[in-house]
Parts: sequence; C-alpha cells; structure tokens
Amino acid sequence: MNKLFFELGRYILFVRSMFLKPERFKIFFERTVHEMNNIGVGSIGIVTIISVFVGAVTTLQTAYQLVSPLIPMKVIGTIVLDSSLLEFAPTITCLVLAGKVGAHIASEVGNMRVTEQIDALEVMGINSSGFLGLPKIIAGVIMIPCLIIVANFLMISGGILAASLTDLMPPNEFIQGARETFKMFTVVVSMTKALVFAFIITSMSTYEGYFTEGGALEVGEAGTRAVTRSCVIILFADFIIAKLML
Amino acid sequence: MIELVNVNKSFADKQVLFDINAKFEPGIPNLIIGASGSGKSVLLKCMVGLFKPESGSINYDGRDFVHLPYKQVREVRREIGMLFQANALFDSLTVEENVDFPLKMFGKLTPDECKDRINFCLSRVGLENANKKYPAEISGGMKKRVGIARAIALETRYLFCDEPNSGLDPINSRRIDKLLHDITNEFKITTVINSHDIKTVYDIGESITFIYRGKVWWQGHRNDLDNTRAHNPELDAFIRASQF
Ligand SMILES: Nc1ncnc2c1ncn2[C@@H]1O[C@H](COP(=O)(O)OP(=O)(O)OP(=O)(O)O)[C@@H](O)[C@H]1O
Ligand SMILES: [Mg+2]
Repeated sequence: MNKLFFELGRYILFVRSMFLKPERFKIFFERTVHEMNNIGVGSIGIVTIISVFVGAVTTLQTAYQLVSPLIPMKVIGTIVLDSSLLEFAPTITCLVLAGKVGAHIASEVGNMRVTEQIDALEVMGINSSGFLGLPKIIAGVIMIPCLIIVANFLMISGGILAASLTDLMPPNEFIQGARETFKMFTVVVSMTKALVFAFIITSMSTYEGYFTEGGALEVGEAGTRAVTRSCVIILFADFIIAKLML
Repeated sequence: MIELVNVNKSFADKQVLFDINAKFEPGIPNLIIGASGSGKSVLLKCMVGLFKPESGSINYDGRDFVHLPYKQVREVRREIGMLFQANALFDSLTVEENVDFPLKMFGKLTPDECKDRINFCLSRVGLENANKKYPAEISGGMKKRVGIARAIALETRYLFCDEPNSGLDPINSRRIDKLLHDITNEFKITTVINSHDIKTVYDIGESITFIYRGKVWWQGHRNDLDNTRAHNPELDAFIRASQF
C-alpha cells in the first residue's frame, strides 16, 4: 500500500515536472513531429488489421445471438456501430497500442536512463522529463485519437464486409441500421476515451522508463511493467468514463 | 575555480561523503583518486548536481551551486561539460549531431557557425572522418573522444570526467589523458577527473585529491606523491596495489 502511494506521488510529480521549463520551441516541435510519426504512422498497420477483424467478428457473433425472426437484421448494424464506437475501437485498440507504443517508449527511455543519457541531459541543464516525455505525450494525445477514428471506420467497414460476404444482409441494410439510432454523443464518448487512454499509455510508459534502475534486464522489466500497468489503468479508466458519461 | 566546503552526502542511513573540503583550479587537470567504492563518483555527481548533498556548499567561481535557485543552476550547468563513465552519447544521433546537440539547445550560433564549431571540436579530439557514424558504429576510444568533443562544444568552463580511461587500452588511455591535459590548458577549463589509473596520476596529476572511505585523505601535486607515501599508509597501499 505504501508503495502504491509512493508510485502515485512520484508519477504525479513526474508529470508535473514535464510542464516546467520548456526547451526551445523549434526543437520541441521537431521532436513532437518525430514522435507523431513513430506513434501514429507506425501503428496504422496493426490498427487496420485489428479493427477490420473485430468489426467482422462482432457482426457474425451478433448475428449468431439474434436468431429470432422477429428482429430485423439491420439491428445488427446498430449494435455493431454502438459497440465499436463506445468500447471496441477505443479500448481494444488502446490495449494493443499500450503493448506496441508503450513497450517501445518504456524501453527507449529506460535505455537512456541506464546508459546515463538522462543524466547527461540533466547536466547540460535540460529538463529531461519534459524534453523526453512531453513530445511523446502530445504526439500520443494527437495521434491516438486519430487512430481511433480510423479504427471506428474500419470496424464498421469490417462489419459491412462480413455481413455481405456471408450473405447476412446487403451493405445498405447494415448502414441503414447503423444510421437510424446513431447519436453524436457516442462519438464524444469514444473520443474522450481515446484522449484519456492516449495520455495513460504515453505518460505511464515514459514514467516506467524514466525511473528504471540497473541495466539491460531492468529495461526489459520496465517495458513489461509499462504495458501491464497501462492496460490495467486503461480498463479502470474505461469503467469510470462509462459510469460518468453514459 | 571550484571550491567544496564541508560537503556531506548519505544514502538512506549510509554516509558516503564526510565533510569534503577541496579546491579545483582552472588550467590544470584536477584528479580525484581512491579505491573502488570510496565515493569518487558520488562526489562528482554531487558537484554537477545529479545528487544533492545534505550539507555543505559547492562554489563555482563564487556561485554556490547547492543553494542557487533552479534558474541560476541551469545557467551554471550550461558552463559544465561532463564525460560519463559509459559515455552517455545519444545513440539515436550521429557523432556530429551529438556534438551539435548542446549547440542546438543553448547556442546562439547560425547553422554555418555550428558546423564550424562541430568540426573544430571533432578535429580537436582527433576525429575527422566519423561525422556521420552512429555511436554503435565506433570504437570505445572514439566514443570517449566524441564525449569530450560534446562536453567542450559550448565553450565549457568546467569539465568533469568520470574514469575517462576505463575500458581503454594503454595507448588510447594515454591519448585521452594527453587530450584532457591539453584541452584544460588551452582553454583554461577547470577540469576534474576521477581516476583509478595510477599512470594517469603520475602523468598529468598536477593537483591530486585522494579520497579514502569518503574523506579527503590528502591533496597535493604528483611530485609530492612519493614523499607523502612514506608516512601515509593508505595512500601507499593504494599506489602499491597499482603495482608501482
Ligand atoms: N544511488 C546510490 N544509492 C545508494 N548508494 C549509493 C548510490 N551510489 C553510490 N552509492 C554508494 O556510495 C559508495 C561510493 O560509491 P561510488 O560509486 O562513489 O564509488 P567510486 O569511488 O566511484 O567507485 P568506482 O571506482 O568503483 O567507480 C558505494 O558504497 C555505493 O554503494
Ligand atoms: Mg565510480
């Protein structure tokens, strides 16, 4: 319990310290763009694969559960749209990104810690937490919601594709079902989740890397810890957001 | 000049440094020697502000580094260059980008002037043809020299080196020693070097601080070493262990 409070306090101080003493804007901007490329562009492939399959599978399984002839097929469209927007696109995608982006960030920063590169930054008079962490967080908070938007579209497309390939219903029926009950608010919830999860992934993994102690072995452990902790906190935050907003 | 007054440092309940008093002059290499675990690295890290001592002051030409507000600490730090034991080169940057890094962060030079400065620093340490290489692609001795070039890029006034010879063969060790000696002399830098290497001590030790179990045991010139040994058993043991 003590350890939990220690870590929580250290995490809060760490995040706060990032916002003190920014460095030159030009360098900061360059680093942010670089990280946006790493985090965003580098993850499009995996996000595409996951989204299409999750959308397709959700459609088939919803169809399997709705066996009653009284319920029109287009309801599947409604259900797939809502569950994608509300839960699958932000949460599943972010859990996977926690694995990909989080492990990468934690091992990069952890390696800089154990090879004294972070000390070197500090000795030069650079605010190392801000220099390393802030561009990653900003890049994540910009790019991950973009990825979630893409994931939303791809999940619906995956659903439509699965429905028409298996002769469940034609695309326009699916779309009609999806549009009938569409509420803008679900998009707001989806984006809120994306923003919060993006912050959790990037800040947690920078934090884990930054406080690595030891050598190569501990860098690996920091990577694992970053992923597991981000995942748990994402699920926890997911619950809270659902409770507060819905 | 750097002056330490009654510096104490402990970790948890273990005291590592006891009332350190020492002076380090510009223009000559100031060596800190002592057995493994005596507290040399901790002392160096206190001096550059990576550790905060519990008490005492560290004066950089009259500026008390320990008690300055953060903004001024950063000012002092821009005058500090440090060569780390494991080099601490940024491994995502090339050799020339590493040297450029402090210039880009703090320098007021135009891109052309930066280029000249980078080339000057790299040629000063004898590395002309490695500009585009990454740290992983060059040898240990070359990494040290890149580290030195980066440390002096911003017209450094204070240079700290933690065991600059560790992991180098004798020829490269002497080269690094000579380089540090010459740079210190040429630019009138206050240079503080942690060393295990007794050969370095006899070669360039114009000011030597011997640390024994976290205390300053002796300070003096290399010419006085042999006289002092006779009545300083700890110093004698340290030198004898190095087969001299
Ligand atoms: N971060 C730390 N936390 C706790 N104790 C530390 C820490 N750093 C160093 N120490 C302790 O301080 C003592 C002095 O260590 P230091 O690294 O300064 O030795 P050294 O003289 O540099 O040795 P070497 O020549 O092997 O590098 C050691 O006993 C070490 O255990
Ligand atoms: Mg040491």
